[in-house]
Amino acid sequence: MTTSPDRVVDVAAVAEQPLAPPSANGGLTDVFRRRYLLKLLVQKELQARYQGSALGLLWSYVQPMVRFLMYFLVLGLILGLHHSVKNYAIHIFSGMTVVHYFTETFSSGTRAIVRNSAIVKKMAMPREMFPVASVIVSAIHVFPQMIILIVGAFFTGWVPTLGGVAAMMMSLLIITVLGTALALLFSALNVFFRDFQNIVQTLTIFTTWIVPMIYPFATFAHGTAKHPLLYYIYLADPLAPAVLLMQKAVWLPTFMKGPIGYPDVPNHLWLLSFCTLGACLGILLVCQLAFTRLENRIAERL
Amino acid sequence: MTDSIVVENASKMFTMRYHRTIKQMTIAMMRRDKISDSFLAVNDVSFTIKQGESVGLMGLNGSGKSTLLKLINGVMKPEQGQVLTRGRIAGLIATGAGFHQALTGRENVFLNAAILGMTEAETKRKFDQIVEFADIGKFLDTPVGFYSSGMFSRLGFAVAVHTDSDIFLIDEVLAVGDKPFKKKCLERMQEIKKEGRTLVYVSHAAGSVKTMCDRVLVLEKGVLGFDGDVDEGIRYLHYDDGDADEVNSEEADQADLDSELGAEI
Repeated sequence: MTTSPDRVVDVAAVAEQPLAPPSANGGLTDVFRRRYLLKLLVQKELQARYQGSALGLLWSYVQPMVRFLMYFLVLGLILGLHHSVKNYAIHIFSGMTVVHYFTETFSSGTRAIVRNSAIVKKMAMPREMFPVASVIVSAIHVFPQMIILIVGAFFTGWVPTLGGVAAMMMSLLIITVLGTALALLFSALNVFFRDFQNIVQTLTIFTTWIVPMIYPFATFAHGTAKHPLLYYIYLADPLAPAVLLMQKAVWLPTFMKGPIGYPDVPNHLWLLSFCTLGACLGILLVCQLAFTRLENRIAERL
Repeated sequence: MTDSIVVENASKMFTMRYHRTIKQMTIAMMRRDKISDSFLAVNDVSFTIKQGESVGLMGLNGSGKSTLLKLINGVMKPEQGQVLTRGRIAGLIATGAGFHQALTGRENVFLNAAILGMTEAETKRKFDQIVEFADIGKFLDTPVGFYSSGMFSRLGFAVAVHTDSDIFLIDEVLAVGDKPFKKKCLERMQEIKKEGRTLVYVSHAAGSVKTMCDRVLVLEKGVLGFDGDVDEGIRYLHYDDGDADEVNSEEADQADLDSELGAEI
């Protein structure tokens, strides 16, 4: 038997450690302190998703590419939407990349703790690990879509600019913060009532329609010209500025040479985006506090 | 000696919900049935364990042993009072580790070790020892979902036992292993004890508690009923009644390995 009989607990070293509650209490900060564990959990999730698949991660390129081609051919060329909305395929795909990222973080994050119940029930660790790992997995899946979007835009006349890249980053950042916040809260709620994963599925149906993804923002701006309240409520949704930023970065520059502004995007889009990001960080804080409260009873309710 | 585990007036309440859907709950409310009930699984328990002590935690089924162990290991938090520990904790709760069914044995070893706080280098260094101890051979790269219950708990025990921890918790792990493995576990636990780690051992087997521990805590319906000497604790539980042989014949212990290892469970 291989053992290490000479290893003895150093009593002096143990005495120097503080007496502390054995459960983790640092919240999200603990998650980033234990990056090695986080890395393993992300690998595990990725592996589980492509278990028994020969192409593996390549599938995350194939599906968005086929989707993009369908939009381009069917909606753009056959149905002729390219006439009313310029480069409609790029328009819808840029919005869809953002919306998909959000719905994926939200819905797979919601199931994150229940899916790992075998581990959660028996091992002490920051439970925030699971929703955060699932957000990272979703983020990894955004990359292929971004590449297809950029390649598609490139062939329709897009030239990368510093401002464009910044807008792209900002758009994804807003979604990441908001997605993490909601994944935290709902992953804990889902332990108590599995209804929440169905509620989340239902909620994600709305997201397609409350952002300028299917229709261009200009159409919405004209339609609500006499209803300023509706206009501002629409923009208060954190997803709207994220989608608009992505369109400002990728879609609009494919045909607009010169400054981009109202009605293609709202006025002061950058100011709005920073306010949105601030609000999302606030939501994240609230969700973390709620998670900490709910976490106390997670192990017994799983 | 330094305090290793301090439990102060800890209580843990469980809420049982009888009806989970709104329809069932509405019907229950109209009939004025209870829709939930709560009970104290651990009720105002206090004790202190010094570093290096081995303590047997005994009690009948449902007396709160596993819950208390979960409070010490940090999976659960007490509603009242507090549980404080010093240093790294490893061990097994309720026979079997927190393994992910879809992952292979190898991946689970790394994941489990990481959760226990081991680094990648540490795990790699000990990997061969862990595999040798678990003795699962070619099944190492098979998803643990296909493992037999014995293999499953052997691997879990192997990881826990090779973690450099200051506190080691074991919950009836010996109940599932076969005889050679039980023997190996008990030897390893003796070594852990010699290494100076704090040991909390949950078992119904009076014989193995006698050989392993120098103190016994007895839980009765969540209340700490006894705290003290091993022999007295076993007598307190009346575990010596039926099989007096087992407790008295210490010389025959090796021969009577089965009862010592808890095969009577």
